[in-house]
Amino acid sequence: MIRIEHLTKSFGLKKAVDDLSFSVERGEVLGFLGPNGAGKSTTMRMITGFLPPSGGKITIGGHDVVEDALAAKRLIGYLPENAASYPDMSVEGFLGFTAELRGLNGAAKKKAVHRVVDLCFLGSVLHQQIDTLSKGYKHRTCLAQSLIHDPDVLIMDEPTDGLDPNQKHEVRNLIREMGKTKAVIFSTHILEEVDAACTRAIIIDRGRIVANGTPEELRNMSDLAGAVTLSAQGADQAKLAALPEAARVESVNGAALRIYPKDKAASVALARSVMELVGREGWKVEALRTEEGHLDEVFRRITLPDTVKK
Amino acid sequence: MNHSVATIKAIAKRELSSYFTSPVAYVFLVIFLLLAGFFTFTVGNFFERGEASLSAFFAWHPWIYLVLVPAVGMRVWSEERRSGTMELLLTMPVNAWEAILAKFLASWAFLAIALALTFPIVITVNVLGTPDNGMIFAGYLGSLFLAGAYLAITCMTSAMTRNQVVSFILSVVLCLFLILAGFNPVTDMMTRWANPALVEIVAAFSVVTHFDGFQKGVIDTRDLFFFLSVIGFALFATSVIIRNHRAG
Repeated sequence: MIRIEHLTKSFGLKKAVDDLSFSVERGEVLGFLGPNGAGKSTTMRMITGFLPPSGGKITIGGHDVVEDALAAKRLIGYLPENAASYPDMSVEGFLGFTAELRGLNGAAKKKAVHRVVDLCFLGSVLHQQIDTLSKGYKHRTCLAQSLIHDPDVLIMDEPTDGLDPNQKHEVRNLIREMGKTKAVIFSTHILEEVDAACTRAIIIDRGRIVANGTPEELRNMSDLAGAVTLSAQGADQAKLAALPEAARVESVNGAALRIYPKDKAASVALARSVMELVGREGWKVEALRTEEGHLDEVFRRITLPDTVKK
Repeated sequence: MNHSVATIKAIAKRELSSYFTSPVAYVFLVIFLLLAGFFTFTVGNFFERGEASLSAFFAWHPWIYLVLVPAVGMRVWSEERRSGTMELLLTMPVNAWEAILAKFLASWAFLAIALALTFPIVITVNVLGTPDNGMIFAGYLGSLFLAGAYLAITCMTSAMTRNQVVSFILSVVLCLFLILAGFNPVTDMMTRWANPALVEIVAAFSVVTHFDGFQKGVIDTRDLFFFLSVIGFALFATSVIIRNHRAG
């Protein structure tokens, strides 16, 4: 649905987006991660046709965003970064207006407004003026706007920014639900959202893609992934290090030992031999677990400037 | 084509109703009517003239509009830029020119409403004497186009900045130039040191020169063409500014 090839955007001399290529198909939810200023919003603004690219090509459902802008825009629902809406309008008026711009009139417009009002729980504030609403409601009003024409492509810039935990949960569920039938891209810097809603994630830094994969694959890039943490009385670091599957053993907070595997794919084998060793030696186990790897560690490692890393 | 008409209608409708949901519209209407009345009756000596015409009324329009039209138009684009709704609007299936035209037409319609509310003066002059109503109609038409020209310039300055005050000041200065270029005291002063042909060219850019004909009851296609080309040029400039702003 969304195909991006060698996308570049410069502001003056600064390259905000540098040779980005990826694609998103129907049924996928792509999480777009990166530190502030990495080029997430700029990329989304180019996909939605607000900013013209300096180079490269974007097609939405086969329509070029620059050449055939209207056809591409018709397929997209967009939630901009600050969830902007017209403060002097009522929720109903605003949604009606966006429906009209999407070519919906009369009964079809009414139906579309009702559908998104139910979907985004806006029934209680339907006739209220937007600038009197709380942030969560304003946000959902703009979210409703992006869904009004039941788009094939959904682009959301920080859809959960500024929401309370319950609202975040609802929005994530909504994204996951939408992702079953649409191509969805959403940006965030809350890493737990990647697990909660994405089928795939891209990490970008300074305009370039630095990682691309399923949440699972990204987590496996973590050092910690596949390591076995053992907390046991009498445990001996040297004996653990001598295991054929173990790369090295570290002490964690003085209380536990962490055994890193030589091969992350063979972490099960490592866990098994640790268990056997424990059994042979008769150590008294208090806790034993295989680590999953942390996304935030991966994120930090690949997006921190080199100077900070060392 | 159908798409454009529907889009323009939707945006213009929203824009026009946004004037009336805020107190701005009513404040503007009251001030406009008060000023028009004050200049016509007090400064323009409407009664003392003993003429059955509205020349005392129309003669002040370039000056009244100078302050009031930028006040109406200053928010048109700067507010969209400030609040971020411009991003929302231009990522809809909408061409930029449709949005520009729709917003201009809505504000122009609002000014037309304000102008139409001066109808009691037409009744007054008809009760007191037998004026040439064709001339009055021409005066109203000219006044509407004058307001349109100012408004298009304000739309342009509004697209330049996210600050409404800056947009207001810029448009007042530009519109003032369009008045002064043909304002008699200024042209008289210029003839003292400049080539009369040059003075005439400068004066040809003035809204006053072109508004005069309408006041005299003459609807000249050249004057209409002048106002339409000012509007056309300013709106085209608006689209260039918006495109450049997006290009970064």
